[in-house]
Amino acid sequence: MTDTHGHRPAAGAQPAAGARMPSARAEQPGAEPAPAGSAAAEPEAAARGASGGAEPLLDIVGLGLELPGAARPLLADVSLRVRPGEVVGLVGESGSGKSTTAKAALALFPDGARPTGEVRVAGTDVLALRGEALRAHRARTVAMVHQDPRAALNPVRRVGDFLTERLALAGFAGNRAAVRGRAVELLAEVGLPDPARRLRQRPHELSGGMLQRVVIAGALAVGPRLLLADEATSALDVTTQAEILDLLRTVRREHGTGLLFITHDLQLAAAYCDRVLVMYAGRLVEHRPAEALFTDPRHPYTRGLLECSPTLDEAAAGVRPIPGRPPSLADAFPGCPFTARCPGAEPECERWQPRPVPLPGDGMAACRRLAEYEPDGAESGGADAGTDARGAAAGAEGVERAGADPSPGPVAVSAPARRDAAPGPVSGTTEGGAG
Amino acid sequence: MTGPTAPALPAARTRLRVRGTVPAGGLPLGVRLGAGFLALVVLAAVLAPLIAPYPPDAIDLDASLAGTGHAHWLGTDASGQDLLSRVLHGARTSLVAPLLLLALAALLGVTLGTLAAWRGGWVDTLVSRLTDVMYAFPGLLFVVLIIAVFGAGMTTSVLALALAYAPTIAKYTRSVALAERTKPYVDAYRVQGMGGARICAFHLVPNLSRAVVGYLVVLFGEALMSLATLSYLGFGAQPPSSDWGLMVQEGQAAVVQGAPLPALVPGTAIAAVVVAFNIVGVWAADRLGSRR
Amino acid sequence: MTAHGPVAGPEAAGGAPPVLTVDALSKTYPLPGGGRLTAADAIGFTVPRGGSLGIVGESGSGKTTVARMLVGLVRPDAGTVTVDGRARPARPARGRAARLARAREIQMVFQDPYVSLDPRLTGRQCLLTALRLHGASGAAAEEKAERLLGQVGLGSREGAARPHALSGGQRQRLAIARALAVEPRVLVLDEAVAALDVSIQAQILQLLGEVRRETGVALVFVSHDLAVVRHITEATLVMRRGTVVEQGPTRSVLAAPVTPYTRALLAAVPRPGWDPAAALRAAAPDTP
Repeated sequence: MTDTHGHRPAAGAQPAAGARMPSARAEQPGAEPAPAGSAAAEPEAAARGASGGAEPLLDIVGLGLELPGAARPLLADVSLRVRPGEVVGLVGESGSGKSTTAKAALALFPDGARPTGEVRVAGTDVLALRGEALRAHRARTVAMVHQDPRAALNPVRRVGDFLTERLALAGFAGNRAAVRGRAVELLAEVGLPDPARRLRQRPHELSGGMLQRVVIAGALAVGPRLLLADEATSALDVTTQAEILDLLRTVRREHGTGLLFITHDLQLAAAYCDRVLVMYAGRLVEHRPAEALFTDPRHPYTRGLLECSPTLDEAAAGVRPIPGRPPSLADAFPGCPFTARCPGAEPECERWQPRPVPLPGDGMAACRRLAEYEPDGAESGGADAGTDARGAAAGAEGVERAGADPSPGPVAVSAPARRDAAPGPVSGTTEGGAG
Repeated sequence: MTGPTAPALPAARTRLRVRGTVPAGGLPLGVRLGAGFLALVVLAAVLAPLIAPYPPDAIDLDASLAGTGHAHWLGTDASGQDLLSRVLHGARTSLVAPLLLLALAALLGVTLGTLAAWRGGWVDTLVSRLTDVMYAFPGLLFVVLIIAVFGAGMTTSVLALALAYAPTIAKYTRSVALAERTKPYVDAYRVQGMGGARICAFHLVPNLSRAVVGYLVVLFGEALMSLATLSYLGFGAQPPSSDWGLMVQEGQAAVVQGAPLPALVPGTAIAAVVVAFNIVGVWAADRLGSRR
Repeated sequence: MTAHGPVAGPEAAGGAPPVLTVDALSKTYPLPGGGRLTAADAIGFTVPRGGSLGIVGESGSGKTTVARMLVGLVRPDAGTVTVDGRARPARPARGRAARLARAREIQMVFQDPYVSLDPRLTGRQCLLTALRLHGASGAAAEEKAERLLGQVGLGSREGAARPHALSGGQRQRLAIARALAVEPRVLVLDEAVAALDVSIQAQILQLLGEVRRETGVALVFVSHDLAVVRHITEATLVMRRGTVVEQGPTRSVLAAPVTPYTRALLAAVPRPGWDPAAALRAAAPDTP
């Protein structure tokens, strides 16, 4: 049963990232700049300097994770960034490494795994934390919301006990009445009706949606800077999912928390997040502003995901499955891991080491044939402020190599390619590549 | 779980794993030692007539209560019987009897437990009450009562103990069968039109076997001890058997005379086999359980 | 190749008698505090030969109870299930012949392929068990098992593997093959693609479309996912708290929903330009 009562966001209070989108879809796919609030447009080099106002809350650079006994690394060269007030989606099928990436923010790694690279949360090098400092970091700076709220709550303890415990963890000082008052406030904030009564209830008396609200209240109790939502709405009914998503958006707005939203549902991520990163076999394959993903997915895997997800859209064609299966840890890849399932794969792809190729505007895709889809990608990417310099260099190299292939790329759109001009020829090529 | 409720856990686990380093073969050292010892015991039991220096019942009153020496490696008892030979021969009854006991108890217990879990309702109530009554009744007392009626001896002991063990196994089987029968694959067999008896016998019970066998393995040590206890009390094996429990009882008198060996040797044999079996058994049960 | 589109057999159209008729099916469960929970209240629908019906609803709507009543795993309090004009008795079948005849009417594919397959049996053994139960033997059974494996896109390597060595999609293929082994007239799928990765879900939907075309089996597709139902069914039934709130051709139910509840469900499905707050406003009961 859903709990539709309570929690009514003020109507119209939300500028709603989606509200812009119909127009964007109609005329200029993805032409809009990155969503307000995200500092995507400003040079990332400055952001990394940790001096700017929009210092990223989560900054993962080149994270790799090797596990003894696995044929391939769990994670390879994962870089992502979440800024205050931003919702970043992390999408992938099972085994893609999305949860592992998120847990890196807590320095939680599988047994025996060796991380390489850099994980910074609000400027702190998480991988260097030890002992008490690590515990404090895990307790206060980052909070995680998991798929199953029942697993997060002790079934024999009351909701109030759970919140009190969380408040104590956050160092909340005060007498019992003060703690209780704060707990009631928290429950009211997450939109639970009759919060004082909820404090005395046990988990089995509440519905799944209500429990997820309690868990989010517990997360807010410690006043985290960064919220990790790992499939936090996947087990809920669609209407309840909308409620929880709305709540998370409100939390982000009012507290300025960054939100890393992990899901297997690309449609959901693209509809809800500001930016979306798509993972495959432990690597990032595409990183785009959310609306650009719907209109103009670049990586063949992202395109495949969109084409195989059933939609309610009357105009949409039927679902088109991606052949094969998601890779397991026993599968090793000498080159691009998606080669075996890719409709546009060429023999060279099996040897091509995936690296991010910057896209004009904002974002990247790790595909060898990307340059054929848009030959001047590297140039405009380098010129574009929103791209990591390192990525651009790597991208240029990749494009160069790819350009050496004697493949008949389509005639380029003129050099200063604007995003609005891109889709036509690009999608044309895409179909050619897939056919 | 919201946030970091399990801090430092992975680190601790890693450390543990490093400390308890698993040797190349993949078997922990204790399990290797235990398994090696058990293999030796089984081999000794099988080859007892060939390797025992004396017949187990060879009385040599001149060598009564001899200590360890070249003639008698582990000494002799009051009748001058060679303790090593007796222990080797005694291994046969001491190992086979608990196995028979468990086989019988498992047949009874698994049948009752599965029946109770599958049928539910009054069948379940009846079986549960029955096992509860047996639980409330001291097992040894129950066995002694049966022996009092049917007379002492190894066969009666094994049968009586099997009856005493069956409710424990039934209760355990019922609990695992209850969980197993709710799995959709059982529903799938029903949807296919398969009858209940067939599902239970050919599909449900085989899927319980890992859990049940794991449990039986742990019960083996207990069964060996129980039989030894009965023999020690004089209800089980009768002279001139070389059953270990009986040997301890016979050797007891000698302890007072300052000769601990006649009681110590079979007692150590019992303890060593039980410990080894438990080490190997618990490890095997864990492995069986996690191999799905 | 798509799994979408009206692929019903020729008999589906017109006045041919439906293969499955469900009439006034009801089930209540006692609640701990007294009173009864209505899991299904007078549910009725028909499925034409080779047709496909979706049962949509959120958790607690009673859709799974209806599915389990169809196959006989739950005994209804009232109502009838009729397959090919023969009413299925409400009581579980007693005799072997009656049980097998029942099984050949309706088969089921369960939600979680990780627990719906016997962990001890290899793919081939799993199919052989079903085939032999229904009278096939020897080489004929072996040959049919091979054909079924091929039909659902499993090779001989998968046929020789136990479930734990198969991926989620392969397991669900095997579960479909097992259901088809009995050659049922109706196949009930209870959230059969919900536990799968999206790319695999699409493969299974495509497979189900092929199976329908090849065998003419009718589908009852139980799901919480409206988008999936749109792609695989021609008619849809929307359930809420044990009752049917809306029923009709899938296209019109999803394009022009009549009841507020269906509208709320549709509004809550993420899509380009979607805003959860707006979806909730649309779902609010006071909004017409």
